[in-house]
Amino acid sequence: MSLALPFHPLRPWIVLVALGLLLSGCGVNNIPTYEEQAKAKWADVNNQYQRRADLIPNLVETVKGYARQERETLEAVVNARAKATSIQVTPDIVNDPEKFKQFQEAQAQLSGALGRLIAVSENYPDLKSNQNFLALQSQLEGTENRIAVSRRDYIEAVRVYNTELRTLPGSLWASTFYRGHKPMETFTVAEDVRRAPSVKF
Amino acid sequence: MRRAVVAALLLALVTAAAYALTFPPLTGRVVDQANILDAATRQSITDKLAAVEAKSGDQIVVVTLSSLQGTSIEDYGYQLGRQWGIGEKSRNNGALLIVAPNERKVRIEVGYGLEGALTDAVTRLIIQNAILPRFRANDFAGGITRGVDDMVQVVSGDAEEYKRRAAQRPDAAPQGWNAASVLLILLVLVVIFLMMRGGGGRGRFGRSRGWAAPIFIPSGGSWSSGSSGSGGGGGFSGGGGSFGGGGSSGSW
Repeated sequence: MSLALPFHPLRPWIVLVALGLLLSGCGVNNIPTYEEQAKAKWADVNNQYQRRADLIPNLVETVKGYARQERETLEAVVNARAKATSIQVTPDIVNDPEKFKQFQEAQAQLSGALGRLIAVSENYPDLKSNQNFLALQSQLEGTENRIAVSRRDYIEAVRVYNTELRTLPGSLWASTFYRGHKPMETFTVAEDVRRAPSVKF
Repeated sequence: MRRAVVAALLLALVTAAAYALTFPPLTGRVVDQANILDAATRQSITDKLAAVEAKSGDQIVVVTLSSLQGTSIEDYGYQLGRQWGIGEKSRNNGALLIVAPNERKVRIEVGYGLEGALTDAVTRLIIQNAILPRFRANDFAGGITRGVDDMVQVVSGDAEEYKRRAAQRPDAAPQGWNAASVLLILLVLVVIFLMMRGGGGRGRFGRSRGWAAPIFIPSGGSWSSGSSGSGGGGGFSGGGGSFGGGGSSGSW
């Protein structure tokens, strides 16, 4: 007991607190933090797809009024929308490659059908000068653009999260504290090709 | 395995560099990189936009670009808005009027918080009715001035204003390391270190000195671009607002 400090009764606690702070300094919180960020971005992507689906009935009605003979194109859009909205988007879809692929394919199909609808409507001058149609068309373009932006943000957030899981020091925490955290699915690059929306007048 | 990870990281770095666009510095409310506006027009637009910001906090910036660097104006637009951080950080109430005369493209890029007022349909109307007819007659100053006037009118419309305030989209609270938490850790470590020394090496960590070193690497999460916006002349800078691709484009 001749040394400077006797055993302090609070010492274990202080060590514990210090250890906690030390761990947070090593990025032990990064995995859940990045996961939440990626999930928020996913919610964004999903919102934008939902917004597009909400625009379609109105668009289809308007086009029908002028271009009834384009039945096939119109039906393709209606069917693709039904298929895309029928997929249950549960939060764990981002960890399920099979379901994620399904979702992605359904949305891509809808993009294609919508693109054809807009293309054929170019052939109807009355439709092209209809104010309602023009407003819907600009909303659709804006939504497609928002989808592209939110998809990129999601891809980036997932990249950060997945990288954290696989690199040091994150991989240490992933194999100890966060065993349940799996890498997230992301959009394949091929389908992220930007459709630059353009209108010619 | 390790090799694959390193290769993947390198690839990510390279692709990130390939996508990187360069952005002109934010020198004021009118950034005329393409040099298509005369000084008087620049000044009058600047005054109008300063008045709007003083009244409602909404930030509108006009930018003319000498090149889109091979990408679309939609792609360039939202990234420019984020880079500059136009609009307040908490309200994202910024908008850009972007003109690329060499590509003959124009775009109104709308921040999240103004999407309720400057809707896609409204921005299309502004572009089609106010801007494009004048651009087609090579009257850039007139087209931009009218476009700004219309944007200002929409943004300060009372009914729209009301709708917009209700639908604002707040940003998540910023996170990262601040000085206080770093100081706290330092303090605790110093205390422990002293106690260990006092304990004469009885502690489990003994006297091993270097063990405190690795903690001071702040592990990511803190490099938000917001505050690094270059103010430049006139003391004007963005407030950290963000953009998500709202607005519309046109060409002439």
